Amino acid sequence: MSEPGGTSVGGNQVYTLHVNGELHEVRDAWLGESLLFVLRERLGLLGSKGACEQGECGSCSVLVDDALVCSCLVMAAAAQGQRIVTIEGVAPVGSPNDVQQAFVDAGAVQCGFCTPGLIMATHALLERTPSPTEMEIREELSGNICRCTGYGRIIDAVQRVAVSRRAGS
Amino acid sequence: MSVTVPTSLNDALQVLAHAPGSTVLAGGTDLMVELNGGHRQVSSVVVVNRLAELRAWRHDPATGRLHLGAGITYAEIASGPIAGWVPALAQAARTVGSPQIRHAATIGGNLGTCSPAGDGLPVLAALEAVVHLASHGAVRDVPFESFMVGPKRTVLEPGELITGVTVPVLEGWQGYSKVGVRNAMVIAVASAALVTDSAARSVRIALGSVGPVILRCPEAEALVMERADFQQRRIDAGTVQAFVELVRSAARPIDDHRSTAAYRRQAVGVLAGRLLRRAFPNE
Repeated sequence: MSEPGGTSVGGNQVYTLHVNGELHEVRDAWLGESLLFVLRERLGLLGSKGACEQGECGSCSVLVDDALVCSCLVMAAAAQGQRIVTIEGVAPVGSPNDVQQAFVDAGAVQCGFCTPGLIMATHALLERTPSPTEMEIREELSGNICRCTGYGRIIDAVQRVAVSRRAGS
Repeated sequence: MSVTVPTSLNDALQVLAHAPGSTVLAGGTDLMVELNGGHRQVSSVVVVNRLAELRAWRHDPATGRLHLGAGITYAEIASGPIAGWVPALAQAARTVGSPQIRHAATIGGNLGTCSPAGDGLPVLAALEAVVHLASHGAVRDVPFESFMVGPKRTVLEPGELITGVTVPVLEGWQGYSKVGVRNAMVIAVASAALVTDSAARSVRIALGSVGPVILRCPEAEALVMERADFQQRRIDAGTVQAFVELVRSAARPIDDHRSTAAYRRQAVGVLAGRLLRRAFPNE
């Protein structure tokens, strides 16, 4: 019988992840690790936050093949061959993009723990829906929980980005 | 431990045939919660969420049937053409978790986990969906009502994979309703799906989270078929009340960490009554 096609890793084998446009080798890892764990503990990308580890809080949100997902619910070894974008991949450190700047300007950041996930969710929302209604914003950000500011300023930040993008600035 | 990402259905079935004890990973929204919490151990994992055969859907207008590959996500069901063909399934999809969960979670995964609280399942029950299973060298079709045999228990055999589900595209109102502690990110405390078929002048109701399996209510359905006016979408208040009571007696809820049996029985009646009123808005 011929060997089935596809990718298979076992034991302590190395696998490769495509993160923020770069290939990263993951070595000596337990293969059941979540993408969140691998990003933070093995690749040193500490922007994605870990809180609930069951998909409830959204603080670990990343894009996998352009889809917004909770990285805590992605098995890292299963994401071989997929394009992963984390908060570190949206703008260089020290040069906030428009979404990040709007969160600062609107006062939508307090402790900051939920912010990376909310920035990723806002990106995903505005890619698909450039002029969202407040209801659409609330629904699209419903998987991201903030325990400090409440959601008013966060929704304000999203609306600011939408307005400034429409104005072409 | 090993993780295999096969590139074709045939390859996936071969891997499962070699290692029938393998764990199938689709969207990961159930399995990873268990792994992260240390509640489950896995030795061999087969990843199926990118298999082209499972990612396809097909609508056949001639037979009025819609085939959904097991790897179709809830985000894909909640909008676009699928939502037009099976609006109740789209409504259920929209209530699943959050956008992040809906982008990952699949209809096949919902069937594989087969929790009584699975949001897609009451709709599949009400639509009398057929579940498609494949193993190396064999396929079989199982009606949903025979597929689920208990809480998180199905007739799936080792080495078998859920490849998809077929549902009818019906003329007539259909909807899904659920209750939980908030509007987003919530597991149903009670849920109900109601589907009308105006050509056949029939109505089907299925209940979630109020029994060990998804429950149909044949007596409640028969009552509506006898008394409702399908053409005028008319039903009288007495029939709605009798329907609600029949639904409540069909429920077999339990007390658990999410709710009480008494609340679930009450709530599922309210949900079913509202759905019936939406299907037949005229008195």
